[in-house]
Order: sequence, then structure tokens, then C-alpha cells
Amino acid sequence: MARRREIGKAGWRRTAVTAAISFIYFFPVLWIILTAFKSHTDALATPPKFLFSPTLDNFVAVFSRAYQRGGDAVDTKFDLFFFNSIFIAGTSVLIALIIGTLAAYAFSRWPLKGNDLYMFIILTTRMLPPIIVIIPIFLMFRVTGLAGSYVGIILLYSAFNLPFTIWMMKSFFDEIPTEVEDAARVDGSSEIKIFFKICLPQVKAGIAATAVFGLILTWNEYLFALLLTGIETRTVPVAMATAIGGDIGVRWGLLAAIETLFLIPVVLVTFLLQNQLLRGVTFGTIKR
Amino acid sequence: MSERYQHRQGLIAQFISENRGPLLVTPALAVLVVMNIFPLLWSFGLSFFKYRANRIKEPEFVWFKNYVKVLNDPNVWDRFQTTAMVVSIDVLLQLVVGFLLAMLFEKSFPGRRVLLMLVLTPMMLSFVAVGAFFRYYYEPTFGLLSQAIKAITGETYILLATPEGAIAGIIFADMWMWSPFVMLLVLAGLVSVPKHLYEAAEIDRTSAWRRFWTITFPYIRGLLLLAILFRTIEAFKLFDVVWIITEGGPGTSTETIAIYVYRVAFQYFKTSQSAALGYILLFAVIVLTNLYLFFVRQRAAEEGG
Repeated sequence: MARRREIGKAGWRRTAVTAAISFIYFFPVLWIILTAFKSHTDALATPPKFLFSPTLDNFVAVFSRAYQRGGDAVDTKFDLFFFNSIFIAGTSVLIALIIGTLAAYAFSRWPLKGNDLYMFIILTTRMLPPIIVIIPIFLMFRVTGLAGSYVGIILLYSAFNLPFTIWMMKSFFDEIPTEVEDAARVDGSSEIKIFFKICLPQVKAGIAATAVFGLILTWNEYLFALLLTGIETRTVPVAMATAIGGDIGVRWGLLAAIETLFLIPVVLVTFLLQNQLLRGVTFGTIKR
Repeated sequence: MSERYQHRQGLIAQFISENRGPLLVTPALAVLVVMNIFPLLWSFGLSFFKYRANRIKEPEFVWFKNYVKVLNDPNVWDRFQTTAMVVSIDVLLQLVVGFLLAMLFEKSFPGRRVLLMLVLTPMMLSFVAVGAFFRYYYEPTFGLLSQAIKAITGETYILLATPEGAIAGIIFADMWMWSPFVMLLVLAGLVSVPKHLYEAAEIDRTSAWRRFWTITFPYIRGLLLLAILFRTIEAFKLFDVVWIITEGGPGTSTETIAIYVYRVAFQYFKTSQSAALGYILLFAVIVLTNLYLFFVRQRAAEEGG
């Protein structure tokens, strides 16, 4: 156990200095949010406009499936892409969470022969550049016809989330003392009951943190989605990147609105999970 | 009949209770084997054949020819150099900025949680969003950066037009995104310094400089090392941000190794050569991951003892 000390106190002066620096650091994000409320001309204005009359047009354009371009309505399909992102990320995180938690429980409680080696290989599959696995997966999906289907990308993302889930959940299981479980075992409780009634309730916060980080990681993933989703299964990051790479008339306001919509839950989550953040971003390898 | 049935039930129960660990681990390992290990073996095999994914021609076994070709390719060495430069500058800057940020947040003060959240947000954004918006900021006519420089020098400034500028632009975006990661690790280290050491130093009237090197630094050294390794592994894979901001340009000046592998595989369709190159990358990542875990365990052991 780490020896935690009370952190020292500093006064309002520190608040002022830190606030100034934090706002500079946060500025690129703030500018995204401001751009989301700008009209197309304001977004491209020179010099940049700090004061402007805010508009909700961009947010409407995200959901109304269409925006005007030279008189023609163009279907942005972003409602479909949002649905895809949520559906694909949600399902694959759930799958990874179920089988990953079981595996993590086993790795924590009944270490196999070569437990460390397994954990190392599992971490490596997460650390390796995705570009290495993607070539054969691309060929594999082409042969099996999984390319462009929901099943394919969900399966892939479940595997993508598994190493993270296993390392995270193992670190949480490792932390809870085994005395209660052992006592229950002596009393003759079944293993299933011990797992569901004693262990799982103790790692509830861990499951929540793992799920949320998994969702963010999956939602943000770009390379796999770029190569393995079709027009009907495309996710938001791919659609966004396509919108930028396309023609000269990039709808920055629209892109900003899309990003802002995702930003809100992320900021909330960052705030609520601040204490689990370190563990989350190091895939559960560093606890505190 | 029922006795035999019961006996069989008993055997199954016994089997389950004796093999609990392996049984619980199996589904997870199965998914990983199908979606990770098998593709890895496939591409390992592929790296010994001559094969292009856009041709019907049967693969032809060529031993180590792909590896020889890749290692003798001046382009590969050039991309490795670019990657090494980007990674080292990027990680170094992340360390410095992350460390300074951690110093700001070291003590508790009113509003700390909220301000910390502001600083931590970049790392939770998507690579695509970061890439897209830095491209917007670097945009020659209406980008924030270009306009700020134009206001000072009076000339139109195109950051991404020169190799140096493009590299700086990419490093800045990635550094901004990931410095909070280093900050988190340094903060964790600062919290673990026993308070009585500071009190003792105060009595001895040790200078702040000495206090840092003799008391604080030993406690954050381990975590700094982990931060370097983790960020190096991640920066090594740098793809999305570069792909969106510069697509490797101008010319090939920002083409990192990950982008090069992507091009070889999906634009030039030299499938087996890209597999060979991928394996060289994999080897590097395995070495780094091993080192990383070694230091994680060492730190855990120190904390436990």
C-alpha cells in the first residue's frame, strides 16, 4: 500500500495563477466549443471573432440530416454515424466487460501457470501498433465477408477492449482483501454466489470506470474503423475525417458541433472519475 | 440410472472446481486468439511470402527476402529517423510540460478539482478531433496561429508548408494532448513522498533545489521512467493526428513509420513487405513493453516493502 500523505495547502493566489494557465491550456478546446456556435462566415472570419451572435444552426445541421450547400440539401447522415458509434462502442464494451471481468477474476484469484506471461502477452496485444494486426484482419474480413458489417467491427472492438478490461479489472480485484471470500467459502457458499454477492459489489466503481474508459477509447478509435466499416456502419471519427479531407469547403462549424456534443459527456466523466484517471490511462498498470 | 447421472454430475462439478481459473479465462483468450494472435501469426507467415492483396496471383515463398528488402530500403531508414526525431522531441516536451503542470497542481487550493479537469480534457478527446482542430488552427488564411503571426509580422504564415513547421505542428498537437498524462503520473509520485521528510528538511534549512533532488526526485523517478516508456510506445504508433494534419507531407517530411506501413500496405499494396516491416515494429514494442512492466513491478515491490 502506498503511504498517502495529506497534500499541502496553498491559497487563492495559487488558484489565480493556475486558473490563468489552465485556461490557456484549455483554450483550443474552448475555441472548438465557440466555433460550434458560430455561423459559417463567422467561423472563417479574419481576424478571428471572439464576440459574435451565437447560433444553433450547426447543432441543427448535425441532427436534421441535411444542410444547404449552394441551394442543394446534402444528407450528412450524421444521425446514422452517431447511432453507429454508440451502438458499436456500447456493444463491444459490454462484451469485453463480461468476458474480461471473468478472466480478470480468475487471473487475480487462481493464478494459472505462467500467469505473468499471459498478462504480458495480453498487454502487448494492446500496446502493439494496430497497423500490424490490421493487414491480416483486413484480409480475414474480406474472406469471411465481415468487412463493413456490424458483427465484424464489434468483434474486433471487443478484442481491442479486452486487454484493457482485463488489466483494469485485475487491478481492482487485486485490491480487495480475500478474507471475506475465504470465510464465505468455509461457510459453504457456492463460488457463483461468492463472485456475484461478495466480489462484484466491491469492484462496482472499478466496473464503472473500466466501462467509461473503454467507451471513450472505442468511440475515439479511427484506424480500424477507417478500414473495416462500410458506408452503413461508419463511425463518427471516420465521418469527421472524411468531411475534412474532402473538398475545400470544410464545414468547421458542423465539425465543431459534432465534437462539442461528444465533449460534454467526456468532460463530465473526467470530472467524476478524476481519482480513477491515472489507472484508466495506464490501462490499469499503475494504480496510484 | 440416477446414480450414474449423479456420478456424472459429480464429475462435472469436480472438473469445474478443479479448473476454475482456466475455464474463466478461456472465453477471453479465445477472442484474443481469434482477433489478435491468429492475425499476428498470419502476418508473420505472410512476411515470408511474396504477396500483393490486390492481385489474384498465388503467394510465393521467398524466405527472408521481404526482410532483406525492407532493411535495405533507404525509405524505411528515413521514416525511422523521422519517427525517432518526432518521438524523442515529443516525449521530452511532454515530460517538461507535464512536470510543470504537476508543480502547479501539487498543493490543494480552492477550485483545484475544476481546474484539473480543464487540463485533463485534451487527453480524453479523439485523435481525429485533435487532428482536425489543429489543422483548423494552422490553416493559412483564417487559422488562429497563422492570424496571430500575421498580426505581428504582417506576412501570411503557412506553418505546414515547410518540413520543420509541419513537424513542429504535429509535435505541438500531440504534446498538448498527452502532457496531462505525464502530469497525472508526476502528481501520483508527489503524493507518495512522506511528509516527515519535508519537515526534517525544513528543520535542516535545506535549499529548495537540494530538497527537490534529495527528497522529491527519488519518489517521482520511477513514475517518470514509466511515463517515458509509456509515451514512447504510444508516440511510436503515432498515426491519426499526423494523418489528419499533414498526411505525411509536405513531401514525406512528416511520414512516421506507422504512416509508411499504412501506405505500403494499403496504397502500394505491397502486403507482405508491410507485414515484414510490421514485425520489426512489433519486436521494438515487445522490448519496450517488457521494460515498462519490469519497472511497474519494481515500483510495486518497493511500495509493498
